[in-house]
Amino acid sequence: MAERSFVEEVKKLRLGAGDIFSGEGILAVTKGLLEAGVAYVAGYQGAPISHLMDVLADAQDILAEQGIRFENSASEATAAATLAASVNYPLRGAVTFKATVGTNVASDALANLASGGVTGGALIIVGEDYGEGSSIMQERSHAFAMKSQIWLLDPRPNLPSIVDAVKQGFDLSEASNTPVMLQLRIRACHVHGQFVASDNRPPKFTLKDAMESPQRDVSRIVLPPASFVHEQEKVRDRWPAAVRFIEERRLNEFFAEDADDIGVIVQGGSYNTLVRALERLGLADVYGNSKVPLYVMNVAYPVIDSEVLRFCKGKRAVLLVEEGQPNFIEQNLAAILRQAGVDAALHGKDMLPMAGEYTAAVLLQGARTFFERYGRLAPLPVPAPVRKIIPLIEVANIGVDAAPEPSRPLEESVHARPPGFCTGCPERPIFSAIKLVERELGPHHISADIGCHLFSILPPFHLGNTTMGYGLGAAGAAALNVQAGKRAISMMGDGGFWHNGLTSGIANAVFNRSDNLTIVVDNNYTSATGGQDILSSTALNPTRSTGHAIERAVRGVGVEWVRTIRRTYDVAGMRDALRDALTTKQKGPKVLIAQSECMLNKQRREKPLVRKAVAEGKRVVREKFGVDADTCTGDHSCIRLSGCPSLSIKPNPDPLRTDPVATVLDSCVGCGNCGDVSHAAVLCPSFYKAQVVSNPSGWDRLRERVRAAVIGWLQRGDAKRRERYAF
Amino acid sequence: MNPTQPIKIAILAMGGEGGGVLADWIVDLGEHNGYIAQTTSVPGVAQRTGATIYYVELYPEARANADGGRPVLALMPLPGDVDVVLASELMEAGRAVQRGLVTQDRTTLVASTHRVYSIAEKSAMGDGRVDSTQLVEHARKAAKHFIRFDMAQAAEQSGSVISAVLFGALAGAGVLPFSRAQFEATVERGGVGVKPSLKAFGGAFERVQSGSEQDAPPTPLPARAAPAPRHPQVRALVERVQRDFPASSQAILLEGVRRLIDYQDTAYAGTFLDRMREIHALRVDDGGRLAQNTARHLALWMSYEDTARVAALKTRTTRFDRVRDEAGVQSGQVMAINEYMHPRLQEICETLPGALGRWLTNSGAPRRLVERFTRKGRVVQTSSIHGFLLLRGVAAAARWRRSTTRFAEENQLIEHWLERIAQTAAINPALALEVAECQRLVKGYSDTHERGLRNYGLVMGAAQRAGSAMAPATLRELRDAALADEHGHKLRDMLARYALA
Repeated sequence: MAERSFVEEVKKLRLGAGDIFSGEGILAVTKGLLEAGVAYVAGYQGAPISHLMDVLADAQDILAEQGIRFENSASEATAAATLAASVNYPLRGAVTFKATVGTNVASDALANLASGGVTGGALIIVGEDYGEGSSIMQERSHAFAMKSQIWLLDPRPNLPSIVDAVKQGFDLSEASNTPVMLQLRIRACHVHGQFVASDNRPPKFTLKDAMESPQRDVSRIVLPPASFVHEQEKVRDRWPAAVRFIEERRLNEFFAEDADDIGVIVQGGSYNTLVRALERLGLADVYGNSKVPLYVMNVAYPVIDSEVLRFCKGKRAVLLVEEGQPNFIEQNLAAILRQAGVDAALHGKDMLPMAGEYTAAVLLQGARTFFERYGRLAPLPVPAPVRKIIPLIEVANIGVDAAPEPSRPLEESVHARPPGFCTGCPERPIFSAIKLVERELGPHHISADIGCHLFSILPPFHLGNTTMGYGLGAAGAAALNVQAGKRAISMMGDGGFWHNGLTSGIANAVFNRSDNLTIVVDNNYTSATGGQDILSSTALNPTRSTGHAIERAVRGVGVEWVRTIRRTYDVAGMRDALRDALTTKQKGPKVLIAQSECMLNKQRREKPLVRKAVAEGKRVVREKFGVDADTCTGDHSCIRLSGCPSLSIKPNPDPLRTDPVATVLDSCVGCGNCGDVSHAAVLCPSFYKAQVVSNPSGWDRLRERVRAAVIGWLQRGDAKRRERYAF
Repeated sequence: MNPTQPIKIAILAMGGEGGGVLADWIVDLGEHNGYIAQTTSVPGVAQRTGATIYYVELYPEARANADGGRPVLALMPLPGDVDVVLASELMEAGRAVQRGLVTQDRTTLVASTHRVYSIAEKSAMGDGRVDSTQLVEHARKAAKHFIRFDMAQAAEQSGSVISAVLFGALAGAGVLPFSRAQFEATVERGGVGVKPSLKAFGGAFERVQSGSEQDAPPTPLPARAAPAPRHPQVRALVERVQRDFPASSQAILLEGVRRLIDYQDTAYAGTFLDRMREIHALRVDDGGRLAQNTARHLALWMSYEDTARVAALKTRTTRFDRVRDEAGVQSGQVMAINEYMHPRLQEICETLPGALGRWLTNSGAPRRLVERFTRKGRVVQTSSIHGFLLLRGVAAAARWRRSTTRFAEENQLIEHWLERIAQTAAINPALALEVAECQRLVKGYSDTHERGLRNYGLVMGAAQRAGSAMAPATLRELRDAALADEHGHKLRDMLARYALA
């Protein structure tokens, strides 16, 4: 069950010719695939393309009507290899994943695919997680396109252009027998807009046809001598075919071509931001009508020499807007201009930053530099230096503007908000337990993985030394495999485990006789990517096979020391299991499976059920934690061991104290972590758990009456005694 | 060229706060009322409690049709080029200012003044909160118009969410070319929680329209009524405070007396006044600062938290009512209260009468038996008769508190601390004030208490060694260092730097 349901949005996939589609960019891509007659789609979830996978998962009936196969691939490598179906058959296929991490994983399959080439259109949709909000290393997918010779589309970020790129991409792929990569930046994936839909087109040739009448062509297989021929084909046949197609279809765009003798070349994805910068500089209007010639590269690779020369000839200078580094396009343009003897000055990374996201402010600054250099803009007046003036006399406050001036710089008051575990997250107690066990055994080397559990490296836990990639937590500790006084600890999520961790980490540790501990966080979903099901999910999924226990897989590859903790909130139990794993005399890899369902998904599932049960008059117990303000001393140890968003602070109600006290907000889901941590860490007696029974039974009510009578009588007596001394 | 500009709106929110819903509402509002709308965001890991920005642009469709073009709308805000900034929390408003999105020439800033504390603020060992007034002042200075009130409270009152309140405040601000009815129709089209959303919307709209869009200045706490003691012993104590101490110190002293009667008895409160008498006799001329701060810390120290005290506080009617309130118990519902307690041998020995406690601490088999039974924490249900009587029994141990080993230890520390204050005050009153403040380091329970005590010992030891050569600021720095981290790294560094280790 994914984090978000797209059941409503999926209806838009049925729109026909002339209907207006209104929605998110990534959903528009899905509609584009259906309109392009795709036969199969595969992929691996991850921001910003998770929604594409979730939409397809929710749209299985529509896909089935069209005879389209949708695969939840085990990894990006699996997804890329799926495109093999387009090698021999005229089948259009699309795969999707997050870039560049997904492209990295997929690169072996992509290289093989690109070498032999394709018959049916093969489209690789990559969600480029670059710039603000990104959770991965900052690299470009561009390099993969260049090294394997896959054509790279980078359309203008509006829905009509994006949908058009999907369709043109398939045509380009077929015209040049080359896979095509469609790159969508994170904001483009999430952009809300509109486009005019066309009818969906079922594939003419189907997967069934292919399975029933298989074809083979040995010249398409990457083995000598065919592999040497492939390299020649790429430059002799496929590249020229692609160039011809791109020229004829005018995939790249020219605006105001002859308006001036200077111009700007921009990647499609940066077009909107550039136009806004030009508009702010008075060089374009809000509709993109520019006073400056623009060449928009909706195809980022290959670069079309003829178009570059056409644009640059007769120009004094051009500015290239190319986000990210290395500056592949700039280098390419320089070679093209030099070889053709065109002497237009080429600017790019000399006026724009070498690295980092090209935000509106950055492009505004870069464009200003360019246009000032060539006299199209007057330089901004330099502001006069602010002189410090020491007032001669102190002016009395006459109350005209009594508002006080801020006395401290804003930076001091605005803190970073690092991401953290959600309220009630079952992964939090695992790290609380690690902190507790480290109090006894000292710090350990912790090899972290990719997933929500990576938030352990941030406050308040500060746990984790390295992270080498998805599923590679255990592999990241592979070298730390000698006789030593301590064992290394590795983290791995269930998502990473099934992605590759079982082989790259666990099986590798068995084979290499590792003595380390791997903690597998099993929360039933690939939670960080939006809660998609995987093999070990316990949910019943009508279209996928779930319920395959991680423990069985781990034992299957030969691990002897395996423990499964079925309730991670049991901090003391977790701590004891960790201590055992780190100190046992038994040799060989230790695997500790920490199981509890992702709270985000659990709440989404259970909240409506609970509401319904209460409304129906059923007995329902709700649990909420709290802190007694009069016994809390404001040390906040509990927060440092938890970091739960629901565990916060509030002003101390005690007139004698000043430090804020801990408090539990209404968002508490009663997971129990607070109580268990305060027990296990022997913190303080301030935590309490309130159990509130809705629709209490007769027994509940009777017991409550007896209790209220006895306790109330005693309490009233005590209160009376205290009252005598009050003043 | 056409001078019409898109309307540019940035929304700063934290994951799960409904920033996306708000952006979708604005888009829907625009699209249904003749505007071309675009929104985008960078959710990513921000969905997991981080901060994020949603950005919306609206452009009049009729204008575009007349001009024969489609506007090219931006996917991210340009600093200095934003008309409306909506912030779901005060620090996020500060972040908008920091990022240059709020400018005085054009930006209307609509923000909630409530705080969702950052992890740095929450996890500080003392008070790590930033000053809200600083955030308000910066925002006020940066914005053309700054609309602010506690929207979390407003949302709670109407049983809705903060995005509905922000939407109402946005409508009320009158900076968008849409009517109230158009705004409300948008909420209705959303179809989820319409009734409470409209209530929250309406409340915020009217509040902003009526001009009361700013939080009323916090009214100073009403001064306590003149003390009216009934018990003769209490009356004697109150009269003693009023007779023997300067007026400026009386409030805090009465608070101390109140606390210590509640903690122990009137005689104990008398001891408190005896001790304070000596501090006042020092005749320090600092406007009463040393005396008042010492009084506050002394009262806290003398009412140190032990098991009996905790049990007493947890069994009170007022406490039961507070829990009922915090847990949101409604009529017809039944509530149970479960305490998470972990008394160890040490705490048990401290609670037992002095001789018994000492015997147990030094015994063989009995001690081991108790240790075995206290390895795990216990959950006590105070709302059950059994659990209540248990805690009430523990609370009764206050009767022999004076005989316990803990009481003797605490008293020794208190006496030593008061002596140090007196000695230091004779040389440097400002330094004496810092010595008095060091009591703040000793707090909490079990491990936390031990760590606090250890730090207190280190800091006081350093102060003793340095003697009158120590600057007050240095002692303050050492104290802050002791509260900087759990492991004492900062304190060790600081002690080494001042060659006081």
